[in-house]
Amino acid sequence: MSKRVGVEVSIAVADAVALARAEVIPAYPITPQTHIVEHLSEIVANGHLDAEFIPVESEHAAMSCACGSSAAGARTFTATSSQGLSLMSEILYHPGPMRLPIVMVVANRALAAPISIWNDHQDIMVQRDIGWIQTFAENGQEAVDLLLHAFRVAEDRRVALPFIVNIDGFTLSHVIEPIIMPDQEEVDRYIPPFKPHYKLDPRKPVSMGPVGIPEVYTEERMAHNEALKASKRVILQGWKEFAEIFGRQYNPVEVYRTEDAETLLVTMGSISETAMTAVDEMRNAGKKVGLVRIRLWRPFPGPEFRKAIGKAKTLAVIDRCLPPGAVCGPVGAELRSLLYRVPGAPKIFSFVAGLGGRDVTVDRFKEIVDKAELYAKKRPVELYEVIGVREK
Amino acid sequence: MAISDAIIGWKTLPFGGHVLEPGSTAKFKTGDWKSQRPVTDNSKCIKCGMCWIFCPEMAYQQTKEGFYVANLDYCKGCGICAHECPKGAITMIAEEGGKCQSA
Repeated sequence: MSKRVGVEVSIAVADAVALARAEVIPAYPITPQTHIVEHLSEIVANGHLDAEFIPVESEHAAMSCACGSSAAGARTFTATSSQGLSLMSEILYHPGPMRLPIVMVVANRALAAPISIWNDHQDIMVQRDIGWIQTFAENGQEAVDLLLHAFRVAEDRRVALPFIVNIDGFTLSHVIEPIIMPDQEEVDRYIPPFKPHYKLDPRKPVSMGPVGIPEVYTEERMAHNEALKASKRVILQGWKEFAEIFGRQYNPVEVYRTEDAETLLVTMGSISETAMTAVDEMRNAGKKVGLVRIRLWRPFPGPEFRKAIGKAKTLAVIDRCLPPGAVCGPVGAELRSLLYRVPGAPKIFSFVAGLGGRDVTVDRFKEIVDKAELYAKKRPVELYEVIGVREK
Repeated sequence: MAISDAIIGWKTLPFGGHVLEPGSTAKFKTGDWKSQRPVTDNSKCIKCGMCWIFCPEMAYQQTKEGFYVANLDYCKGCGICAHECPKGAITMIAEEGGKCQSA
């Protein structure tokens, strides 16, 4: 039977990796992801998980090693953050087109400079186009559940793509929450053994990752893009099966009090819990405000998002990333593209908030909603605004 | 020369871009882009095999008579053989005709 325990989210994530029976874990510690791989190395050293834990010399090596072990047919997990994710960057683009279903947790953290160990989404937004499936967890339970879902979907033979589960650094990774930990029998039922289409095997040799000459490169990238888009069907099926076994239902886009809402906050990750409190208070004050949360970021769930926003007039998008010199934050830009020239589409404004561990409070959310409603009447000069920034 | 055409459709590409047939490179003649080729003067050649040893493409093969001949389907024209030949028996000839300046 599954049991409800009070546990640090990183420890629960590591325990979930063990429940998923990962076979190879090449990893390098970096704050705030460290507790995940630290605990995994303990689990392996204590003999509780029959896996190779490879303490590599860098994140570049960690991802290279992960590609190798996945290509050899092993269920592969790693985790990283921030500068570590950036150091992986060169390798991150390989497993997608090569169809290697590595599962990774990213404990989201700001990028230097200035050096910051604290939470925002700049690390993962830099890696937006690596061609992995990407989800964002809101709380500890979801971090565990989305991780199990990641193994289930990534290794599905119809998908065979790498998968990142994003959890907010510190605000998720380091908090102790009540989490229902599933039992082994349930997880085994949910995640079947990994059976890849091809694996590196001297008895049946194949070459993986050869050169793509101009006559095939476009087609290779097209095949990968189509596979990523087609994965959504299995992602949804994976959540349906999850609900059947574990009783918790997940969707690509979640809504909170969106009925008859005129203004919607749009969030990703743990910040959404504060946003819900803000929505409650604004609703109590008679404002028609709701919340839409994006759980599935890649492939982007366009139809689900369009359905979720209903007839709202204004979207106040929270971007936890400031792309210097850009027209708009990445989430805001995505939604503007999605809804451009759609009849009746809402006005969209991006609010850059919560950078480098700055808290986004209930009052900030109220300020954001007020500003979005003002800008809907009187268009601002810029398409985004940095919230809570001190001038002098 | 600009390359504009695809040679295989994205739906028929092998899964993951893998090469599923081992040793398939042997089917391809990979030396068609060289700008110069080695020509050996057999009257100077002492059959020492230095060209055969140093050739990075393993393009040299020995004939029945004991001389070494580069297979031009695989030779890239790098000129290492000409550089290493102790008797100066190998000359690099430009593919377009005439003698190379470096030879």
